[in-house]
Amino acid sequence: MNAKRGSRVVLGLAFASAVVSLVPLWYLGVQSFSTGIESFAGEIFQSRTFTLIVRSVVLTSTVAAGSVIIGTFAAWVTTLSGVKGRIPLTIAFSLPLALPSYLSAFAWVSWIPSLSGFTGASLVLTLACYPYVMLPVAAAMSRLNPVHEDIARTMGRRQREILKEVVLPQVRRPIASGALLVALYTLSDFGAVAAMRHEVFTWVIYGAYRAGFNPTRAAALSVVLVAAAIFITVGETLLRGRHYSPGHGEPERARMNRTSAKTYIVAAVGSVLVLVPAIVIPVVAIASWIGRTTTRRVEWATVLDATAQSFLNGSITALVTLALAMPVAWCAVRNTSIMARIPERLSYLTHALPGIVVAISIVYVGIRVARPWYQQTPLLVFGQVIIFLPVMIASIRTAFEKTPRGLEETAQTLGADSIRTFLRVTLPIALPGLLAGSALTMLAAVKELPVTLLLRPTGMDTLSTKIWDFSTISDYAAVGPFAVAMLLLAALPTALLGAMSALRANR
Amino acid sequence: MTDDIALELTDVSHRFDKSEVLKSVTLTVRKGDITALVGPSGSGKSTLLRIIAGLEQPTRGVVRINGITVADERTWVPAHKRKIALVPQDGALFPHLSVTANIAFGLTDRKSAATGEQVKRMLDLVGLPNAGDLMPSELSGGMQQRVALARALATEPAVVLLDEPFSALDAGLRESLRDQVVNILHTAGATALWVTHDQDEALSTADRVCILLDGHIAQSDDPVSTYHTPTSVETARFIGETVSLNGNVAETGLSVDTPLGSVELLRHCAVGPATVIVRPEQFEITSPEDAQAAAIGRVVATRYFGHDGTVDVDIPNGVRITVRLHARLLPAVDSTVGLLVHGKVLAFRRDPV
Repeated sequence: MNAKRGSRVVLGLAFASAVVSLVPLWYLGVQSFSTGIESFAGEIFQSRTFTLIVRSVVLTSTVAAGSVIIGTFAAWVTTLSGVKGRIPLTIAFSLPLALPSYLSAFAWVSWIPSLSGFTGASLVLTLACYPYVMLPVAAAMSRLNPVHEDIARTMGRRQREILKEVVLPQVRRPIASGALLVALYTLSDFGAVAAMRHEVFTWVIYGAYRAGFNPTRAAALSVVLVAAAIFITVGETLLRGRHYSPGHGEPERARMNRTSAKTYIVAAVGSVLVLVPAIVIPVVAIASWIGRTTTRRVEWATVLDATAQSFLNGSITALVTLALAMPVAWCAVRNTSIMARIPERLSYLTHALPGIVVAISIVYVGIRVARPWYQQTPLLVFGQVIIFLPVMIASIRTAFEKTPRGLEETAQTLGADSIRTFLRVTLPIALPGLLAGSALTMLAAVKELPVTLLLRPTGMDTLSTKIWDFSTISDYAAVGPFAVAMLLLAALPTALLGAMSALRANR
Repeated sequence: MTDDIALELTDVSHRFDKSEVLKSVTLTVRKGDITALVGPSGSGKSTLLRIIAGLEQPTRGVVRINGITVADERTWVPAHKRKIALVPQDGALFPHLSVTANIAFGLTDRKSAATGEQVKRMLDLVGLPNAGDLMPSELSGGMQQRVALARALATEPAVVLLDEPFSALDAGLRESLRDQVVNILHTAGATALWVTHDQDEALSTADRVCILLDGHIAQSDDPVSTYHTPTSVETARFIGETVSLNGNVAETGLSVDTPLGSVELLRHCAVGPATVIVRPEQFEITSPEDAQAAAIGRVVATRYFGHDGTVDVDIPNGVRITVRLHARLLPAVDSTVGLLVHGKVLAFRRDPV
């Protein structure tokens, strides 16, 4: 194939992917203004809406602040502290990623019912979101030049002063960008606030949809929510773009300092204080549901069916997302024209779309445009793909960037055409990254709640819908087996990702 | 006497897990001197530096700074109380701080007028009076290294440790910067321990050269003695190029029989078989008819380096000798030449195997 035509085909595919993910925005535009600008404004400028905004802002900033503290601490424990057992610790600290926020929320309220509301929502979301701060901060910390700490020590600084004056200033940007990510997730989270019955945007939008489907109110609130989310996303992108890498490349020598007993004590006590509420309490609570389950007959066939369905849906979603993300990422990395950057930029926009907004807009599109697919698997996959596409693009992009251009050019001078070069050089090098991205998407799809809830075909049950259905009526004995199956299914890719990130940091 | 010793290491040993990195190192650094610590990679140089700085605790031995014990069996003064400054390989300026803030980092009251004065003095000293507001990323490699030196000197440390300070820079820049740094250190009256694996750097900059081989100090001397009277075959081979010959030390112990005839010894050596060390520049190529020629040989190869060159000459008994000489004197390959030896040589007793 002609190289130029080939790259045009890839660019076309990339644009197609981007357009697919813009469907919800199109819906919001149409729906918001279908009954005129006045009724739209009327929905927004209400004191109810204002209260909602305040409540969302308070929750979001509380969760972001808590995640920054816990995430930075966890990053320090797993990198700079020098404590032995970094890999198991990194895996342990990443485990909350495997726990759907609604599941741990239900676990907490089943144990302490009075926790519901703001306290419970902020607690559960902080413990679910701190890994989004921990992972980038740990990566930055392991890239820090160890000599800086040596110099600070010879200049009279103690451990704590070194952290404050040398380490933290150099990881400020990853902390800030992690905090914004947490804010974005908190704003778009549906499961935890629903389980905690804390009325923020997503929960109220869902209510407007359920209660006789008031589409204008749902759309108007969605517009406010999406605007806030896009605002946060742009901020995060700007921060990441200007991110200066502390110390270029790998540190030239490993840290040789001995870890003091005090450091061990601080690391141990802190880790217990984080991991017990984040992991142990929810898991123990879920295990106690199983205890109640034994008093009655479990329909294992149903559990097995739901697990298989979750696995199948997750796999299909991951594969479709991968296929759509590849051309976008490829263009962003290798095509130098300005046009080629557009699909990736558009995907940043949809990154900010909360699941509940995507779900409602796909319902609308399903009823209006794709009637035969409405409440069929393709539409469910479509909705999930829109949610997971941006993250997949980012992780594939990083994977493609690992192949230096010169390597591809070398392959071409050795007689390989561009397709062969891609298959024999670029793809094998990027493969670990592609697998990681797919595992992450699969995990997210299995945990995903709002889109699955609204778009699942009649009669289809996944683990997340089963957990939701039984938990909302507080039938925890029935939830038990499904929750355990969810944990097992989700723990696998999480452990894999944790091990990969720990190995990278240790290399 | 002990008043002018800035740093004293006695019998310092260190092991990592199973391997012994330093074996009973004893070393003194005089106040105001630049002492070069030279050794091949993996000889334990960096570990020794970290022990002196207080970043690593030695397994055994005593470290004294200005006469005060900072490490022995009972004592351990940590890095932040030692007044030892470190200039690492790449400068390691704090990327989030300006040049001024970097230099002021080690000063106690960072906002006071005295600190401002001191920073200004240091910037003048290293020849960067206007660089105070710049960020490290805006500086060239050589400028970064000078700021790192200013940061170290600002605290008026007992000893400045320079850890291969120029290894990240290219050759041309390295040489000019080396001269500047030596001048700055002397102007500041600083005491410095300068770690390098570059023998030329050690010989040209230091008042004293310590050779660290395989975890112990093989020799500690002024540069001239280090080059001309090495104490072992190993130190001779590490500092400068050598030609080794088999020889036999005569009864007097003051001359040695070699394939080049009898040559006078610089230093007494025990009678018997010995390894004879000659520097390549001690040889001279002459015509084969020269009556003074110590040996006749055939040129097997020449190497041209521009300013000078080397010639490999095979002499009878299967001995090959490498001679360094001015490039325009390089003889043709396959020609027959005479060889002269100038000056005295060193012999080291070879233990019978």
